[in-house]
Amino acid sequence: MRRSYDVIVIGSGPGGMAAAIAAKKHGAAHVLVIERDVEPGGILLQCIHHGFGVETLKQDLTGPAYAQRFVDEALALGVDVMVDAMVLQLTPSRHLWVTSTRSGLVELEARAIVLAMGCRERTRAQIRIPGSRPAGVYTAGTAQRLVNVEGYMPGRRFVILGSGDIGMIMARRLTLEGARVERVLEIMPYLTGLTRNYVQCLLDYGVPLQLSHTVARILGDRRVEAVEAVQVDENWRPVPGTAEVIPCDTLLLSVGLIPENELSRQAGVSLDPATGGPYVDQGFGTSVPGIFAAGNVVHVYDLVDWVTEAGYVAGRSAARSALGDQVQGVASVGLCAGENVRHVVPQRLNPESLTEGPQRLQLRVVRPIEGRARVQVADGDTLIAEQRLRYARPGEMVMVTLPPTAYDRVRQAKALVVMVTEG
Amino acid sequence: MQTYDVAIIGAGVVGCMVARVLSRYDLSVLLIDKESDVGAGTSSANTAIVHAGYDPVPGTLKAALNVAGNRMWDTLAAELDIPFERRGDYVVAVDPEEVPRLELLLQQGRANGVTGMEMLSGEELRRREPLVNPKACAALWASTSGICDPFAAVLAAAENAVTNGVTLMLETAFEGFHMEVRRIAGVRTSRGSFRCRWVVNAAGVYADEVMHKAGVRPDFRITPRRGEYYVLDRAQLPLRSVLFPVPTAVSKGILVTATVHGNPIVGPNAQDVASKEDRSVTREGLEEVWRGAQRLVPGLDPRAVIGLFAGLRAAGNARCLTPGVDYGHDFVVEIAEGVQGLVNLAGIESPGLTAAPAIADRVVELLRDAGEPLREKRSWNPIRRARPRFRDLPPEEQAALVRRNPLYGRIVCRCETVTEGEIVAEIHAPIPARTYDALKRRTWLGTGRCQGGFDTPRVLAILARELGLSPLQVTKKGPGSEFLSRPTKDADWSDTGPERAGHRAGGGWER
Ligand SMILES: Cc1cc2nc3c(=O)[nH]c(=O)nc-3n(C[C@H](O)[C@H](O)[C@H](O)COP(=O)(O)OP(=O)(O)OC[C@H]3O[C@@H](n4cnc5c(N)ncnc54)[C@H](O)[C@@H]3O)c2cc1C
Ligand SMILES: Cc1cc2nc3c(=O)[nH]c(=O)nc-3n(C[C@H](O)[C@H](O)[C@H](O)COP(=O)(O)OP(=O)(O)OC[C@H]3O[C@@H](n4cnc5c(N)ncnc54)[C@H](O)[C@@H]3O)c2cc1C
Repeated sequence: MRRSYDVIVIGSGPGGMAAAIAAKKHGAAHVLVIERDVEPGGILLQCIHHGFGVETLKQDLTGPAYAQRFVDEALALGVDVMVDAMVLQLTPSRHLWVTSTRSGLVELEARAIVLAMGCRERTRAQIRIPGSRPAGVYTAGTAQRLVNVEGYMPGRRFVILGSGDIGMIMARRLTLEGARVERVLEIMPYLTGLTRNYVQCLLDYGVPLQLSHTVARILGDRRVEAVEAVQVDENWRPVPGTAEVIPCDTLLLSVGLIPENELSRQAGVSLDPATGGPYVDQGFGTSVPGIFAAGNVVHVYDLVDWVTEAGYVAGRSAARSALGDQVQGVASVGLCAGENVRHVVPQRLNPESLTEGPQRLQLRVVRPIEGRARVQVADGDTLIAEQRLRYARPGEMVMVTLPPTAYDRVRQAKALVVMVTEG
Repeated sequence: MQTYDVAIIGAGVVGCMVARVLSRYDLSVLLIDKESDVGAGTSSANTAIVHAGYDPVPGTLKAALNVAGNRMWDTLAAELDIPFERRGDYVVAVDPEEVPRLELLLQQGRANGVTGMEMLSGEELRRREPLVNPKACAALWASTSGICDPFAAVLAAAENAVTNGVTLMLETAFEGFHMEVRRIAGVRTSRGSFRCRWVVNAAGVYADEVMHKAGVRPDFRITPRRGEYYVLDRAQLPLRSVLFPVPTAVSKGILVTATVHGNPIVGPNAQDVASKEDRSVTREGLEEVWRGAQRLVPGLDPRAVIGLFAGLRAAGNARCLTPGVDYGHDFVVEIAEGVQGLVNLAGIESPGLTAAPAIADRVVELLRDAGEPLREKRSWNPIRRARPRFRDLPPEEQAALVRRNPLYGRIVCRCETVTEGEIVAEIHAPIPARTYDALKRRTWLGTGRCQGGFDTPRVLAILARELGLSPLQVTKKGPGSEFLSRPTKDADWSDTGPERAGHRAGGGWER
């Protein structure tokens, strides 16, 4: 086994596999993907529903089928894949400690690293749900793994908190498995996942959704016996007199995802508090030379297509970096979240990149706009780019493209502010 | 009927420490607990501080056993391999009006025989702990206080007791006594009756009900007093000091400390509750705790919260027996009057964890005074070694461990870096971990950022495989707390038994 690689990718989800493929295609001779699960593919292996690849492949695939395409392509290109192996430590000088049952604990090094560790789910404690601590409280993704991978039902009668995509998808899956999904509760006054999932997973299966509602208390000593649901006001305070006890044996939480950045932190990568992921430039370079990032580790995506695309960009940058090009830390302009924007990726842009082609910005809005909306990129009073949207919803990523013609204005800009407004 | 010299009711830290010291003598000892594991009661939900001893009122049993217990912890931790660190603590005055109270605590500590205390200026405190409230104007520093792993303390003591011959029976609830006139002849439990000459009542919040069954101290009452906590992410808050507010009459107040694994914990509040099982957290309680903690460390970030829990203090109403000391909530450590053969260890609220080894030694004295011969066994071994913890080892030793047993190379809990090798070792240890929570207390798996989201399916598969169960039978904390309800419709391994099920759930990994 080699100890030294041109590019090492941590994580074999769609972000990581695309990065490995691109790195190989752009000249990196030795590329390794390290995956802690027993097979490559990432979170998609438990997403057995369809709906993957609609945007870029123009096909409607299941999660595992989508993932397999890229795994096959990477293997055909000669990418090395190490499974059942977890990266425990990553240094700023790109040394990694990896442990696995097969190779034990080994130290590897790479000229360039791509972080593609995906994300993790927010938990009960993070949203501070009061009550007892019985069995029967799961994050939606954990339940998805139990049902789709292990083949076991985690309960019979469910309440789902949060209208995130995984929760809605699980509402449908559990219903198909013969379980009863009493309700989906959402604390916000709007849906937090994709509208298409609301239609296909809740409406079509008669699962009620209650907006501006949350779980006030979990009841039950050894196993969940009920949850107390309550309506909340604008400040998320319970509205007196609205409490209702819903008997159930399981509570699923679909209350948000957080980029997985333990290794990024260890490597000294600066993290953006708004995304929870690394600050990146247009090539997905982080603040540490030779370290790149792609996919949910950067910010949480809604569609896998854009993860794959980001992986290609990061993999190409990593290959160029491994071959000696300076792709990071060059003069660049900052991008900031302006009105109604939660965060923007990338956070920095090298104007010269516009000479190679248009550059795409990815963002999330704070509040929904149901009428027509527009997304604008400006430097002070100077408008640099503008795009019309049919609507803007927090559950769906918004994209805006900076055309090559914006080169001059971007080069002169101090900072680019991105905003999404009505109209 | 099985006969023992001593039956101990309750395998919390007190019962287990007692079992351990009794295992030194030529006695047959039975230790029972109603739960599926040792230490599932109050001993697994507390602040985990080995208190210096400046807090209890001088002259009380609490004060004496606190200070005596504290002094025993170095030897105890070394013999039993319990993670323990004498980190010291600060009582912080945020308001100048609180400063005289610090002086009082200092005097009280000296009266109790506590050494290593010192008054510090606000400046000095901030130099040592920059995260503390800038308004802090003075602090009492107590160098002898420490933090420990309370789960390890219970387990280690119980394991050492069991390897020295004590019989442990779990899921065995005490139901009543067999009396012969006014003498205890045995105990009735959910798993049948046992003869014994002595009963040690270490039933925590239930100790009052146990003694009432023998007709002892009918006026003694335990009020469950709940304390709620947050656990914070060590990566987001590098706080290592133990910071107390100036105490009130009912509790030591809401403090800020850290687990031996470095995650800060804040809490507890103090709320009397109706049920002795009510370990729930409440919205109001959590808000109270957060406000209290912010008084000490204003920069606490709510996004750093990774865990919530609550514990029940066994607040008793026993008067202190020392003449001239007016105190109504003392520990009860006694041979009961009115019946023969009952030792009561009751009202053991904080600092009960600290005091537990001293309470155990006191039990030995009580039995000796009562005429028990207590002959030492030559075979007694006070040493118990913890099984290797992958994440605490240097890389060379980690590598060696994986070479010896490849299962140490597979990480099952990603946040706390717990390997399959450690989990399997705990399942087959002298006191086997048979539930998820039992594994959690032994390895700290599932206590990190993702709170078990990642490890749960994997741990269920490992427990099922190692115990020869179907995953459907695996529980969080004993019968009634099963994780899974049935196989999915298309799964065809529903009735093929544990072998197939284990293979399916965990076996993919063998490829
Ligand atoms: C439950 C769920 C349902 C979704 N449904 C849809 C859908 O219907 N349609 C759609 O288009 N998109 C969907 N998405 C979105 C999309 O699939 C994800 O955004 C995408 O899979 C993210 O890819 P990734 O490569 O960033 O991360 P992941 O796929 O999560 O891959 C990360 C990989 O890194 C590995 N890893 C992490 N840390 C380490 C380490 N230290 N050492 C080794 N390996 C490590 C992990 O095991 C994992 O395999 C869904 C996402 C989720 C979570
Ligand atoms: C919020 C809080 C914070 C604390 N902080 C500290 C601290 O920082 N430092 C410190 O020194 N102390 C502290 N304490 C006190 C300490 O935790 C307790 O004093 C100690 O754990 C008591 O141990 P125990 O063995 O008496 O009780 P427990 O641990 O409750 O054990 C009693 C056992 O008896 C069993 N039992 C009960 N009834 C029966 C029955 N009928 N049959 C069989 N088994 C039965 C129970 O299942 C239980 O396992 C704190 C306590 C609380 C609640």
